[in-house]
Amino acid sequence: MARAAVHRRLTWQPATVAQVNDETATARTLLLEVPGWPGHVAGQHVDVRLTAEDGYSTQRSYSIASAPEVDRLELTVQRVPDGEVSPYLCDIARPGDQVEVRGPVGGYFTWQPESVEPVLLVAGGSGIAPLMSMVRGRAGANSRVPFRLVYSSRTPEDVIYARELSRRVRDDRGLDVAFAYTRSAPPGWPRPPGRLDAPLLTEVGWPADFAPAVFVCGPTGFVESTANLLVSQGHEAQRIKTERFGPTGG
Amino acid sequence: MTERQTGSAMSDISEDPIDGEGWVDGNEAAGILQEIFTMDITSARGRCAGCGLVGPMAELRVYDRAPGLVARCPGCENVLFTVIRAPDRVFLSVGGMTYLEMALPEVAAPGFTGA
Amino acid sequence: MGVITRGFTGRGRRDLNLPPGQYLTEDFPVLSAGPTPRLDLERWEFVLASETGQRYAWTWSELRALPSERVTVDIHCVTRWSKLGTRWEGVSLDTLLADVDTQARFALIRSYGGYTTNLPLADLRDGKAWVAHRYDGRDLAPEHGGPARLLVPHLYFWKSAKWVRGIELRHEDSPGFWENAGYHNYGDPWREQRYTDD
Repeated sequence: MARAAVHRRLTWQPATVAQVNDETATARTLLLEVPGWPGHVAGQHVDVRLTAEDGYSTQRSYSIASAPEVDRLELTVQRVPDGEVSPYLCDIARPGDQVEVRGPVGGYFTWQPESVEPVLLVAGGSGIAPLMSMVRGRAGANSRVPFRLVYSSRTPEDVIYARELSRRVRDDRGLDVAFAYTRSAPPGWPRPPGRLDAPLLTEVGWPADFAPAVFVCGPTGFVESTANLLVSQGHEAQRIKTERFGPTGG
Repeated sequence: MTERQTGSAMSDISEDPIDGEGWVDGNEAAGILQEIFTMDITSARGRCAGCGLVGPMAELRVYDRAPGLVARCPGCENVLFTVIRAPDRVFLSVGGMTYLEMALPEVAAPGFTGA
Repeated sequence: MGVITRGFTGRGRRDLNLPPGQYLTEDFPVLSAGPTPRLDLERWEFVLASETGQRYAWTWSELRALPSERVTVDIHCVTRWSKLGTRWEGVSLDTLLADVDTQARFALIRSYGGYTTNLPLADLRDGKAWVAHRYDGRDLAPEHGGPARLLVPHLYFWKSAKWVRGIELRHEDSPGFWENAGYHNYGDPWREQRYTDD
């Protein structure tokens, strides 16, 4: 659990889009400037509010993808077909545009380098975002805590941060990354495409008796079935922290 | 993480709710609650007034596609609290918890003199 | 006002012929305070209980045997969306109340799953309310309250309780789920009665 620092009461703050970067055909990272941003802990999220000219407004939550040490607030947004907010953020928002953010929020689904037990991260689709903040934060703190990331995507083209993850596997000591594909895999891939299963988790995850801290993030169905698999492998339920992206998002 | 249970305290003629439908976890409630509380609330632990289950806020089943946010017990579906955000006010209704426990910086017990 | 986001319009169209603060939507958002109950029609019943304890009950086939009406109404949700010209079929509360002997002034509506809402009995009479079982030419879907929901379109739509199971007639008003949580006790969209002291 994160240190119980007393936070100030949160309220909505203006945020300016400073940069946008397409990660895949359907996901984009936005770098936001927020005056007075207090920094965050890896795994936290922000609520983002958009207001139209006539006052209509709506909000969504997005995990913070950037590392805690760096003075940046980066969100990676997956475009949801027929969504209301994600198509705006992915296709229309450009540097100079303003939104509002409230945060950082969350103390449950967080990781800090003071924790020394090994860490297992399991990501489904855009659930990689808060876990990437943990990976980046680990590197920024020069942590040697052993990390294993299992990242399940539909196809290789859907993998967010693909190049950065390859580089980190090479450069960040103690980080292992395993990819899994549910719809189509790269040519010559040793496993046929399919949902994450027990044999794969056994092969690339941590054994239960290492008592790792486990973080699972992604769509609700993915999180539920992954968590159940891990429990059936002997991982203690209270060491498994989950963050479910709702079925509709948008 | 509590084991998912599908029993509920609803009418005896209704069957188990449709799996995984319509709710997100308690991390969703964090933003609005942190406009009220000064500390992170997702790790806060509450006791359900319906079934006595104790667990962190993050493990609640939050229905946020409603006229307000509704947080239900993952064990018995009892409503622990609701949050309605009006333009300049928030309504927090907390009837479903017997207590809410939150970590705070340590202080000496009141009346302790150390003598 | 605060920050405006350039180029964001959102999904709804904002129109002039709507109650204050509402915008028009083409889709039919699903809002739920809890899981969708799965109901067995063989055991479904609707019970009207008067203030004296008299019970009037209908099974599903009995309800469907009653005369029903097709109505086209506008609906307004407190979350600000409005949908115009929605088509329903249902049994009028006037039909259900026809043989009910009551002096009560208030009604408490109960749903499968535990949801409740309240309104004056007068707001259920005179062609203002139905137990609706069909929407847009089809059986009412579970996520929209099927097999049957209350339909009271002149009030904010949280009063149109999904998965309705019964009505208690009472001498004294008893606030329901959202009324206790901070929403207005009556909920007239044209007077923008959203929150408890509006």
